[in-house]
Amino acid sequence: MTKIVLHGRKVVGGAAEGEALVTTDRISGWGGIDPRTGTIIETRHELRGRSFKGRVLVFPGAKGSSGWSSQFHVARLSGVAPAAMLFNEMTTKIALGAVVTHAPAMTDFDQDPLQVIETGDWVRVDADQGIVEVTKK
Amino acid sequence: MLDGEHGPAVQKAMDLLVRYGEALDAERLVDTNNVCATVGATTPFVRDFAAQHAGGMDAVFSEFSLDCADVVKIPKVKVYTSHLQQGIDPLNAQLQGVSAELVKIYRMGETYLGGLGVQLLNTCTPYQVGNVPVKGEHCAWMESSAVIYCNSVLGGRTNAEGRESAGAAMLTGKIPYWGYHLDENRLGTHLIELELEVKDTADWGLLGYYVGEMVQERIPVINGVRNVPNLARLKHFGAAASSSGGVEMYHVIGVTPEARNMKEAFGAGKPLATFRYGPAERKRAYEQVNSTGRDAHVDYVMLGCPHYSIEQIWEVCQLLEGQRIHADTSLWIFTPSTIKQIADRNGYTKIITDAGGHLMTDTCSAFGRVMPKGVQVAAVDSAKQAHYLPAIMGVQAWFGTTADCIQAAITGRWSGRLA
Repeated sequence: MTKIVLHGRKVVGGAAEGEALVTTDRISGWGGIDPRTGTIIETRHELRGRSFKGRVLVFPGAKGSSGWSSQFHVARLSGVAPAAMLFNEMTTKIALGAVVTHAPAMTDFDQDPLQVIETGDWVRVDADQGIVEVTKK
Repeated sequence: MLDGEHGPAVQKAMDLLVRYGEALDAERLVDTNNVCATVGATTPFVRDFAAQHAGGMDAVFSEFSLDCADVVKIPKVKVYTSHLQQGIDPLNAQLQGVSAELVKIYRMGETYLGGLGVQLLNTCTPYQVGNVPVKGEHCAWMESSAVIYCNSVLGGRTNAEGRESAGAAMLTGKIPYWGYHLDENRLGTHLIELELEVKDTADWGLLGYYVGEMVQERIPVINGVRNVPNLARLKHFGAAASSSGGVEMYHVIGVTPEARNMKEAFGAGKPLATFRYGPAERKRAYEQVNSTGRDAHVDYVMLGCPHYSIEQIWEVCQLLEGQRIHADTSLWIFTPSTIKQIADRNGYTKIITDAGGHLMTDTCSAFGRVMPKGVQVAAVDSAKQAHYLPAIMGVQAWFGTTADCIQAAITGRWSGRLA
């Protein structure tokens, strides 16, 4: 089985693993997700109808309203948060959103996770060590 | 503050700011004396949380504004803090289909926040009712349309904060020194050359919608403005650009305070790309904003996104005075409560009510999810509202000028077209 290792910067510490859910679309919080089910609801989003609950969510970054963090905060309290978050573009929305989601999160990778990781791959994230281990499906 | 000498709430606030600052890789925190936030408990999830939790409003604040599961006693705010829009208008609860129970929760929150020293401006446009940051002032604001106005038009400095970071800022007077707080991150990245005259408020909204789509979260510089736009035009421009894209700052050459000329707007850098905005681009933006509009029958006209200024209410009244809106159509106009007081004095509220419309405060249809019953087709003069309302409320939305919208309210039919 092919294993790929990415190195990046810790955004939120901790370790977790799960199946990857990958999108090249940015994600909206308020008006973009249903925080009670962990489902993407934005009309033209490629993941519309898919749930990120327990998944390692791999995406470019956050967009939209300043309600981003509070939506992911509610998702965490509803027990439907992602297991980990990996993203490329740092903004205040995603930084705060990742912090209040309490799941390991990383950015600033040596390889683009959107190129390397596909939906369904098994991903182990150790944010404290700055390491992501991808096992291809 | 982190060691707890200022009490547990301040300690938790500082802990959140440190975690947030580390996530951003910010070098330090910066002092702020201007926070704009939503803290209320009127959204369904927070409402249920408040009802089930013995800690009451302190528990709501601890969890949702400080990311702290323990209930800590919340002290009075340390720095000047304004409340943004709320989930309902308590004085129009019945019309908005809001229960008496929810009004009670709203009033409880109001008393709590007033007691903490949070100014209850209750508007997405604090800059219209006295909270006007000066150039260079470090702020911690939420609400994308207010953030972009603060950075671009006023020269205040803020990132798009969230509920938790704004909550921590009001208790500590600190926020990460990152992003738009730093000179080098405020320079333009993309150039927009205007090939036509951008005229009314709706036209500025269209331009904003186009620009947001083109530059996403970068910093556009608009060149070629022939007439200085007023507050309402820049308000609608920014609200649109922060909806179709994630724009938090822009420059208008010769108009906004950090762009007296191209050199100042771009610094030593060059535009990453240049876009021309002519009749074809304007037409495409109009079609995109109107993509959900299908039926000519209009049952709801919503104005006041972002909240209307007194000038906009005056304009509406000139169009509406002596007229009567259609029996099958509702007209709701949203404004800050302070501006409504002036409208009351001026007789504008009476002109609107006599015509069959309503002047409301504190909320709007997208944020509060409040609309007349059974609405299928709405008409708006805000590109932002046209962007969000169909996604959030499942209705069709027509976008046009304020005059198009008033015409639709009177006739019950949409007859707007791009002039």
